[in-house]
Amino acid sequence: MLILRGGRVLDPAGERDEIADVVIEDGRIRSVGRDAGAGIEGERVERIECEGRWVTPGFIDLHVHLREPGQEYKEDIASGLAAAAAGGFTTVCAMPNTKPVNDRRAITEAMMSLGRAARGARLRVFGAVTMGSKGEQLTEMADLADAGAMGVSDDGVCVMNAAVMRRALEYARTFGLLVSQHCEDHHMTRHAPMNEGPVATKLGLHGWPAAAEDVIVARDVILAELTGARYHVAHLSSRGAVRIVREAKSRGLPVTAEVTPHHLLLTDEAVLGYQTFCKVNPPLRSAEDVEAVREALRDGTIDCIATDHAPHSSLEKDCDFDEAAFGINGLEPALAALLELVRDGHLSERRLVETLTSAPARVGHLEGGALRVGALADVAVIDPTLRWTLRAEDMKSKSHNTPWIDRELTGAVTHTLVGGDVVYARAK
Amino acid sequence: MSAPRPFRHRHLLDISGLDPRDIVQVLDTAEVFFEVSRRPVRKVPTLRGKTVINLFYEASTRTRTSFELAGKRLSADVVNISTATSSVKKGETLLDTVRTLEAMRPDVVVVRHPASGAPHFIADRLSCSIVNAGDGLHAHPTQALLDAFIVRRRLGTLSGLTVTICGDVKHSRVARSNAELFQAFGSKVRFVGPRTLLPPNAESLGVEVFDRLAPALEGANVVMVLRIQQERLEGAHLPSLREYSRTFGINERTLAAAPPEAIVMHPGPMNRGVEIDAKVADGPRSVVLDQVEAGVAVRMAILYQLAGEAGTAPAA
Repeated sequence: MLILRGGRVLDPAGERDEIADVVIEDGRIRSVGRDAGAGIEGERVERIECEGRWVTPGFIDLHVHLREPGQEYKEDIASGLAAAAAGGFTTVCAMPNTKPVNDRRAITEAMMSLGRAARGARLRVFGAVTMGSKGEQLTEMADLADAGAMGVSDDGVCVMNAAVMRRALEYARTFGLLVSQHCEDHHMTRHAPMNEGPVATKLGLHGWPAAAEDVIVARDVILAELTGARYHVAHLSSRGAVRIVREAKSRGLPVTAEVTPHHLLLTDEAVLGYQTFCKVNPPLRSAEDVEAVREALRDGTIDCIATDHAPHSSLEKDCDFDEAAFGINGLEPALAALLELVRDGHLSERRLVETLTSAPARVGHLEGGALRVGALADVAVIDPTLRWTLRAEDMKSKSHNTPWIDRELTGAVTHTLVGGDVVYARAK
Repeated sequence: MSAPRPFRHRHLLDISGLDPRDIVQVLDTAEVFFEVSRRPVRKVPTLRGKTVINLFYEASTRTRTSFELAGKRLSADVVNISTATSSVKKGETLLDTVRTLEAMRPDVVVVRHPASGAPHFIADRLSCSIVNAGDGLHAHPTQALLDAFIVRRRLGTLSGLTVTICGDVKHSRVARSNAELFQAFGSKVRFVGPRTLLPPNAESLGVEVFDRLAPALEGANVVMVLRIQQERLEGAHLPSLREYSRTFGINERTLAAAPPEAIVMHPGPMNRGVEIDAKVADGPRSVVLDQVEAGVAVRMAILYQLAGEAGTAPAA
């Protein structure tokens, strides 16, 4: 038995925000309440003192890249799940742009098996929408679902052909799979390493216009309406896409969206000086876009936060900007970065926790995201005032490509529990 | 003219890193070397014992030759490396290439690279001086300096002018660097061309944007014509060179909209009959060959400012 004693239990799904104990037994939550753990004694009772800390459901990330199979020098499933746990995540969903692409049962099964063997967050996976994510032939989605896939996505590339996308939505709906789309009209973004705008013009870099995201979101909303499938906008970054999703939701369409910490916190000005750690796809956008995605996250137009954790080695980042790979390493800095939004008044504490827990659980039809009695004991314990510096040598991820590296941060995860096991405890 | 002051900068990466005082200093120094280049013996011992490496990741004849002559006329040892002969083709990273070069202890590395920011990347990692000889769409500071050199010689000033830049501004590092330079002196800069060939946020550079040639040329003191590249047809930027020439080409008829004393510049190489008509290119208002001559002198001035010892410049 494990008792998380005296923390501020922040569980938006259970409408709970109070000082309470969380009592865990056999991997599940036995009780939650003020002094619920008082008087429980015995040889096998452990306590974690949580005074001054938050106790929340473990975070759920609908969008990570764990690089295994194929690019284990950047990350592997074990290091990725350990990094997730260090960031307070208890379930992460791995995108299929591995090498080879996760477009068949055997690869999904192999990944799930590696996930079960690893110590850290739980692994769920997206299978590919199309074979090789080439946008042509559909994958065997029934097989993928049987093997454990919770959704499909060709993330990294967009399903460009509208007819293929329509069929993918229809077919995925048959098997209850979420379809997560990387919204980018590739014809409009050729050679473009950053957002189109004054910064790109100044730096002499080709621009990736927000319109290239918007046209796909608009098209896909029409297709979601046509097919009735669960359609999810991955890493939404533009104010135009916000407007389109808001309109779709107002009509009750089955459309959801996620936003990354970096699109909530950074603008394209962060690229100045050709900062390859800020090269990401979709690119960091304008201040107006950042304002729009913050508002959309507050009002529910954007359902949840996802890190789009994209580890890359120095080989892909210590080079000129055009050459550099897209992607930000997101799992370990996520919470501290997001707490800045809370401190600056852009997001309430409750909404922050909700968008990291129950909201992604609802979007992905995943277990977890709440501290209900009887639920899996997937829990994060957070010290919201702890000051620390993100150091490469302390990171569980194999890669360190984040704009928050070597930055002083406030707020850290101190414990992460998966099924009642402490899979991460912060070193003092 | 007094001996030039030591330069305040270790690198020449872009115009925005310089202030007008620095620019005037380079141009004044270039005047000295311009005179040297017209002597029967066009060589001075200023950079004897110094090593200059020209590292060119893009094909270039005029800029590379210009830098090579500049180095040689200063008595530096000049080595040219181009992608065709380098280990770049063998998959070596840019970082490894520049570290390898650094181990050979050059004083100056002149870099041309198709990626914007590549010279900045190199400058952050090497101890020698870096000269940007053109990076991607970003900057071509020595071209802007040599253009300024000619404008100052011909018009007597860099201030209060109107400079009209015509054509493929979007893909032009020359346009960006010139826009920065002339605006730094309080001149007005105009861009004109089809919207497909203008940067989408051109106004953010402080320039005025025109859709028609005639009003853009009205009152201009300097007309800079940019090269139109054949490959722009592929990216759907232009329907045809014919239509470009008909709508934005500089010829005697369209140039009539500019004041008679306006000068016509082109960074080269020219597509005669496309962006510029032969009669204008070879006509009395063209300073195209003067630009080439000035290029050597300005690059000598840059190499001297970055690698020379104070007081070793030849007297004017």
